Amino acid sequence: MLGITPWPVASAILWIVLIVAALYLVRSTAHKTIQAAAQGLHRSFRIASKAVSRSETRMSVRNRDVLLAAGQESKERIIEREFDRINESVRKDLANYSSLHRTLSESIGRIEKDHQEAVDVPPDPPGWVKAVQAVATIESREGHGMIGNILSDIHKSLVKAHKEALTAYHESSAQRHKLLRHMRPDWRQIQQTLGAVGKSVDSLLSRSVTIDRHMKEYEDIVAGQDRAISVLSSSSLVNFFVSAFVLCIAIGGATINFSLIARPMAEMVGGTNLIGGFRTADIAALVIILVEISMGLFLMESLRITRLFPVIGALPDKIRVRMAYITFAILFLLAGVEAGLAYMREVLLHDELATSALLRGDTGATATGQYMWITTTAQMGMGFILPFALTFVAIPLETFVHSLRTVIGIIAISILRTVSLVLRLLANIFLYLGVFLRQVYDLPLFVPLWLEEHMAKKSGHTSMPRRAVQ
Amino acid sequence: MKKGILVALCVLLASCGAKDRTATNSGVYMLLDTSGTYTEELEKAEQIIRYTLSKLDASDSFAVARIDTGSFSEKDIIAKASFDDRPSAINRQKRLFAQQVSDFVDNVKPAPYTDITGGLLQAVEFLNEKDTGKKTILIFSDLKEDLAEGYIRDIDVEFAGFKVIALNVTKLRSDNIDPREYLDRLENWKRRVEKTGGEWQVINDLDGLDGIL
Repeated sequence: MLGITPWPVASAILWIVLIVAALYLVRSTAHKTIQAAAQGLHRSFRIASKAVSRSETRMSVRNRDVLLAAGQESKERIIEREFDRINESVRKDLANYSSLHRTLSESIGRIEKDHQEAVDVPPDPPGWVKAVQAVATIESREGHGMIGNILSDIHKSLVKAHKEALTAYHESSAQRHKLLRHMRPDWRQIQQTLGAVGKSVDSLLSRSVTIDRHMKEYEDIVAGQDRAISVLSSSSLVNFFVSAFVLCIAIGGATINFSLIARPMAEMVGGTNLIGGFRTADIAALVIILVEISMGLFLMESLRITRLFPVIGALPDKIRVRMAYITFAILFLLAGVEAGLAYMREVLLHDELATSALLRGDTGATATGQYMWITTTAQMGMGFILPFALTFVAIPLETFVHSLRTVIGIIAISILRTVSLVLRLLANIFLYLGVFLRQVYDLPLFVPLWLEEHMAKKSGHTSMPRRAVQ
Repeated sequence: MKKGILVALCVLLASCGAKDRTATNSGVYMLLDTSGTYTEELEKAEQIIRYTLSKLDASDSFAVARIDTGSFSEKDIIAKASFDDRPSAINRQKRLFAQQVSDFVDNVKPAPYTDITGGLLQAVEFLNEKDTGKKTILIFSDLKEDLAEGYIRDIDVEFAGFKVIALNVTKLRSDNIDPREYLDRLENWKRRVEKTGGEWQVINDLDGLDGIL
């Protein structure tokens, strides 16, 4: 390249001049091309960013709707449950109201009767006691011997009558006291009954306060208030992590369960058969565990503890209860099967240990420990209990499924927001990259550009240099 | 439509279930030399058999046969078993197998001749019949073949796909005088096995049995 003249330096200078001249000539076109490319990329990325931003907004709205719907449903369930409790309480108390009323009426009637009877005052002792005393003080020696005798007899008779009257009075008083004593249990019964009624009323009042609070929150949710959204969102995240944690524990339990029954399963379905590259025994054990979990789900659904399957929830109560009994029976049978398999596992283990010891020539090791029944029992117990424990997986699973929808929405929104930001950033980068490239293009052309500017000034040309224009 | 779906499901299940279980199982045939003073070594052989039994699992096959005057015969098989699918049955089979071998070792009588080739032919035939994934022949012998008159054993045995392991190849008195005889004997057997595509290995240190199966 440097051979176009006999002197390399001259050749190089010539090349530079030629290149600069060529670049200067195509400068306007090159600038337009760079600008068009930069603008094109800038607009494309801006459009993409706006599209992503719109998607993010739509997603936010949708997520908000989902969150509100979930919160609304949850609150409805809580309020419904509270009303159910109130209904139950009222039903129970009102059902007993007639008997309560009767008990109270009877008690009050008895008290009234006893009181009435107690009010009847016994007759006073005779008022002529003073006369008797006067008769008694008359001396017989005054010469009225006969009169004295008569009066003495009268005195005796009167004393006797007085004693009888006193006895009757005492008896009457005792009777009144007895009647008053009879009234005591009736008072207590009335007090207890009224206490129970008071408790029920207090319970209803406290429940009504709770319902008021829930109703306020429900109204906030229905109104779509930001505070409600914030609470629901945070609650959804907490639910997600807590339920995920519990599900992890449940998976651990299922794994233990699997290891308990996979080995003895080989006795039933063979140890070498394969389905899709996996041992049939392992698949059978897994299927049993999955069936148990399914039965647990149906049981929880039938008991209306979870609401994963609306069809089950909508069944008539009679069929639903029947379904609960059937699923529980199946679960119980499967638990029994698992306990049997766990026992079989222990038997197989002993058999295998004995065979290994025999093959090693270690006959002493074949003796079974006297405490081995503990591990056998523990394994059987685990085999029986774990299926029932796995039943409760339905509760965290439902929470996980419901909160997952919101969490996925939040993650998607974050991703879309980030993508939108990156696209906007790229759009701006390309815009300024175009400016930068034009400046870089002009860098080697500083001489002709300076000359152009100088000549323009000299000729008094009013128009701005092209560089400035562009 | 429904029939089509049913047939497709059946085919799918059949294709899943009909996996070739022999592809991964093992077949082991062990030959025990009962000639002359080598019978004294049979207690070691019994240990190897027990070790082999402990290593084998469901659907594997194992047979132990003696090498005597004419070894190409099923009558020379001392014990054989194709292990069941069920673990409990496998344990029973292993215990029975070990007992049969133990009885044999206790009552063995030395054979006048040593027909190793006949035993190998029998082993190849047995393992081919079992069609196992891996085929291993263990020869517990000094590898000194001594044929009775009239027995023709100058034949090529097809060892392709077989692993032949010579165990406890003891040195004879003549080997001590001329070690070349021992080395030639080993080389001769190696050539015969590898000639037809087999794999040859010698293990004299019985502590190094790990990993042979």
